[in-house]
Amino acid sequence: MKDPVDVLIIGAGASGAAVAWSLAETKMHILCLEQGGWMNPAEYPSTGRDWEAKFYGEWSSSPNVRGRPEDYPINDDDSPIKVVNYNAVGGSTVMYTAHWPRLHPSDFKVRTLDGVADDWPIDYDALTPFFEENDRMMGTSGLSGDPLSPLTHPPMPQQPLGLSGAIIGKTMNKLGWHWWPSDTTVATMDYEGRARCINLGHCTPACAQGAKSSTDITYWPHAVRAGVELRTHCRVREITTDENGMATGVVYYDQDGIEQVQPAHVVIVACNGVGTPRLLLNSKSDHYPNGLANSSGLVGKNLMFHPYAQIYGYVKEPTDSNRAPPTCLWSKEWYDTDLSRGFVRGYGVQFVRGAGPVFEAVVSEQKGILPWGADHHRVFRKLNGHRLGFSAICEDLPEEHNQVTLDPVLKDSHGIPAPKINYTISENSQKMMDHALARGREILEAAGATDICVNSPIPWGGWHLLGTARIGTDPKKSVVNEWGRTHDVKNLFIVDGSIFVTSGGVNPTSTIQALALYIADQMKQRLANLFD
Amino acid sequence: MSADNQLTRTQRDDLRAVAGMIVPASDEYNVPGADDAAIQADILATLGRDTKLVTAALDHLARLAGQPLAELDAARRDAVAQEFRKDGGAAAATLVRVVLQCYYRDDRVLRSLGLELRAPFPKGYVLPDGDWSLLDPVKARAGTLRRAP
Repeated sequence: MKDPVDVLIIGAGASGAAVAWSLAETKMHILCLEQGGWMNPAEYPSTGRDWEAKFYGEWSSSPNVRGRPEDYPINDDDSPIKVVNYNAVGGSTVMYTAHWPRLHPSDFKVRTLDGVADDWPIDYDALTPFFEENDRMMGTSGLSGDPLSPLTHPPMPQQPLGLSGAIIGKTMNKLGWHWWPSDTTVATMDYEGRARCINLGHCTPACAQGAKSSTDITYWPHAVRAGVELRTHCRVREITTDENGMATGVVYYDQDGIEQVQPAHVVIVACNGVGTPRLLLNSKSDHYPNGLANSSGLVGKNLMFHPYAQIYGYVKEPTDSNRAPPTCLWSKEWYDTDLSRGFVRGYGVQFVRGAGPVFEAVVSEQKGILPWGADHHRVFRKLNGHRLGFSAICEDLPEEHNQVTLDPVLKDSHGIPAPKINYTISENSQKMMDHALARGREILEAAGATDICVNSPIPWGGWHLLGTARIGTDPKKSVVNEWGRTHDVKNLFIVDGSIFVTSGGVNPTSTIQALALYIADQMKQRLANLFD
Repeated sequence: MSADNQLTRTQRDDLRAVAGMIVPASDEYNVPGADDAAIQADILATLGRDTKLVTAALDHLARLAGQPLAELDAARRDAVAQEFRKDGGAAAATLVRVVLQCYYRDDRVLRSLGLELRAPFPKGYVLPDGDWSLLDPVKARAGTLRRAP
């Protein structure tokens, strides 16, 4: 058995990195266990001529396709939306689009405002200083002053409008609808040791330039310098507890596959909305026969994904294709509830600049708009470099039947039971998606687009893993209290997206990290009586 | 072991034939077909994790054709290809994808498309900043963020 540490963090992704950095100032002995390793940007796809082909294999966003030793399998056969993630230092921030909206203040009061789901036990104002701190640490770019978004202060200017952005802006103006340059974590100038964006063009599967912020190049270097120990290629099997029901540490497999026991006084889980319930459900004991921190029965339940309704078409003018960050503009025109639309709540929109030639050819052939044979060349030249896209991020409301459980058969390479997803798209979400597609079609047609195609939902669109260990004041209706400590285990905390009560209609990483910093701050304020 | 050795001679012939049907050569655009020797060599050398599905696709194709694809007359070959694409599932989709991903990284093809023959990194691309006065109507229209109690 190893010497005990003061704080053990499981997972070195978006939230684990933020909480590690924040707690480092306490000078406690902080250890983070991460199942993946450090990334090597020299091996990122954009460094090779075969950069697009890699997305279909070792750089797929799906862990089931990727199948790296660091990944664990996920049974998502019973879900129309497949889970995507990345397992490494930096977690899924290594492989995300860097789109950086925040939840809106109204998103924290859904029950009060719209009579559905539940209010959060904290509000936007409580998170504001942590949003700001996180934006500085991650390094954001954008244009302050969006009238339909919370006020932000990005330290870098917005991305260029580019060819695609100009077409979108003109079209949205013609229709009288809101648009604004997205806040992103793409550095538009040299920032804190990161080089500025040079438009490598496919931010999602990692940025060789280092312009896209991921926590392996933002929080972690600071946290490690401040004394946090980060142990890689260590996969945690279970959190252990004592006869009093307190967490005592973890059992994990080290990089040689050898079982290790790591005692800890405090355990923080930061494994995302699928990995966290998986770990808690795998941590059964006599004291916790239904899984750890699960007296409410809600661990794994209320999974929210954000169903994406995507529509795209082809304009006569050239677009930015793959020669720019994929996302550049957003719209909040349909973000808030308007019951005349036939559904409650709403969706954010992210516009997409285009695609590379291989992706264009493969997808268009699958859609049936790129023929085989002699006409292939003419049609491809009409499509390639002319794509314009619209993706609606639809707010998924919590439903207990959408859940993460343990698969009775499937196991990872260490023999640990894998997660199983059961998920259906609700009637409300479906109506929202249909509404979004109709608006997207109006936009594309107003831009002169033809050959319009739809992906609704985007099948491999389960980027946002939320709600499976929700935050709340009532132990019967939530897993963690209003400052992130589990109701059942007084030295166990959860800081990732699983604590979301509702999902909003925006990419969640900014809010996930603000919550992690908020919880770390609450812990620091309560160090003397953390377990009371 | 390279896919070159994993596919039989007949499978390689069928792969070449179907690739040429997907993307034939074009004098008009000055491009080779996907049945070009260099592109075929690239496909075979990089098949990797796709080998199993591509082999399954080629087996399916062979069953449909009943003889080497290249030996069928044009009408029969087209009928087989249509059936293959319609009912071939993930295996057929994988075969088509590996053909296209190698075709659209070939120097001659990229040159014809006016694209540079290089990886995106380290040179990157230049993006026009654009006319930000386009935002003026949005600013003028304003709007308000929904209030939370």
